[in-house]
Amino acid sequence: MENFPLTSEDQHQMLAEIGVQHFGEMLKCIPEKLRNPKINLPEALSELDAQKWFCELAGQNITLKQNLSFLGSGCYEHFIPSIVRHVVSRSEFYTAYTPYQPEASQGSLQMLFEYQSLMCELTGLEVSNGSHYDGATALAESLMMALNHTRRNNILIASSVHPEYRLVARTYLQGTHGVLEEVSFSPDFAFDLNDFKKKLSPEIAAVVIQSPNFFGLVEDLTEIEKLVHANGSLLIMMGHPLSFGFFKSPGEWHADIACGEGQPLGIVPGFGGPWLGYLVTTKALMRRIPGRLVGMTKDHEGRRAFCLTLQAREQHIRREKAPSNICSNQALCAMMACVYLATLGESGVKQIAELNLENANYLRDSLGAVPGIEVLTKGTIFNEFVVKFSKPIQKINGELRKRGMIGGLDLERFYPTLKNQTVFCATETKSKAEMDRFVSELKRISQ
Amino acid sequence: MNYPNELRYTKTHEWVRRDGNVIKVGITEYAQHEITDVVYVELPHVGNSIESGKPVCIVESVKAAFDIYAPMSGVIKAINTALESDPGLINRDPYGSAWLFELSPSNVEEWDSLMTSAQYEQVIKQGV
Repeated sequence: MENFPLTSEDQHQMLAEIGVQHFGEMLKCIPEKLRNPKINLPEALSELDAQKWFCELAGQNITLKQNLSFLGSGCYEHFIPSIVRHVVSRSEFYTAYTPYQPEASQGSLQMLFEYQSLMCELTGLEVSNGSHYDGATALAESLMMALNHTRRNNILIASSVHPEYRLVARTYLQGTHGVLEEVSFSPDFAFDLNDFKKKLSPEIAAVVIQSPNFFGLVEDLTEIEKLVHANGSLLIMMGHPLSFGFFKSPGEWHADIACGEGQPLGIVPGFGGPWLGYLVTTKALMRRIPGRLVGMTKDHEGRRAFCLTLQAREQHIRREKAPSNICSNQALCAMMACVYLATLGESGVKQIAELNLENANYLRDSLGAVPGIEVLTKGTIFNEFVVKFSKPIQKINGELRKRGMIGGLDLERFYPTLKNQTVFCATETKSKAEMDRFVSELKRISQ
Repeated sequence: MNYPNELRYTKTHEWVRRDGNVIKVGITEYAQHEITDVVYVELPHVGNSIESGKPVCIVESVKAAFDIYAPMSGVIKAINTALESDPGLINRDPYGSAWLFELSPSNVEEWDSLMTSAQYEQVIKQGV
């Protein structure tokens, strides 16, 4: 493509048109002392020196490769087979921007279609979109779907849903009629049925529950599901996607929408993103689904082909009446999830889920025997659980850091009453020896 | 194009049938022809109050999604659920089996301000 730079002739012409002598005149509104400030920068470095400097800076990062991490709470360290990066790094996928033209992008569209199909299988639901930016925005979009579909205004959300997801949901609901109300949890971190029954009213559009929840507990939704649907409300279920390889999937719980963070599916923690939001729903809600949706069809010669579908829902056609402003997806991260799931297969997902379950239970049992540590998530867990120390968590984590270990999230940050409590996570990446080392260090630290 | 005499019409291409105090609404043959193949109808909820001139439900074709406006104010009495499984009825039988909803009007006199068949035909001929 040709580039037409702005010539000085062009500049003169433009300035003359608005009656200005030279460019500096236009900046007069900015106080003199703020114009052309002296920027105190060191001398430029050679490429060699710049590389050394950046490596030194990068060396200050605390990485999961060099440290033994038991941190979870929304971001999980899982093993990623090298095939994921290999396939995703192909420039056809890596460099493509909004590759939606069916005549040019069959590969990308097929990949998104396969991602959708795999997410449907994993969650046990019927229709997945081409992904969202992250778990929090996927939740917010699910709430919009529920408000539109039921034409009701209130949402009940469990306080045991990730606190940051709840904050994003609140932000999204500003400017809508939607009102978010929280349902508390019992001392053993389970969804509080009594509080829920008090708050369930005909105005409730949807009930949001996370399982495994923020405290690691796998919830029993049997009674909740019945109450939600008898009330004509929708059930929105969030959760660690790999947990559905062992525990009941959202589909098996009869959830209407499954949504959450897809990072555990082959995506690196990477300072918190870019990650992946998954949103999967039932056929009945298909036309409420936000974002891109890829379908499989046949071209005029009868060959299999992929294209965006149900676009009449979307903003460029429905304008202000569209169910969502989202016209995009997280295609590259969705592809990581797609390759990851395809590599594992059904039995692989089950195995990974079992390994998480075994490790977390082993760590929980081991820590339960340590004086000064009390295990608080006593029910069924997937890969994380809450423990209580007799000392502040910051102190515990500081001591762990000195030993090349990363502890858990300090719950007091989000739940002021949960003092000296933290969430430990053990995924399939932890060996028995590593967990034993962690426990023996904690024995010393917690005294 | 067919514009049955016994019906009344709106500028937004809804037809209105009056049977005593019951009002039936659909979209005209002209409208279905313009929007082409209908693939989905989002019907209103029975019991909802609607206001003349305000959007009530949505008809989606392969081209786009279109709002259907209330020709008269009132309360939705019935909806045509046959359209949920067979939205193409709108293309095949716009004035008959493809009615959208029935309403009980709050002000029957609004009927008189709707266009007659001849007036609507005139509007179409002038090209809207």
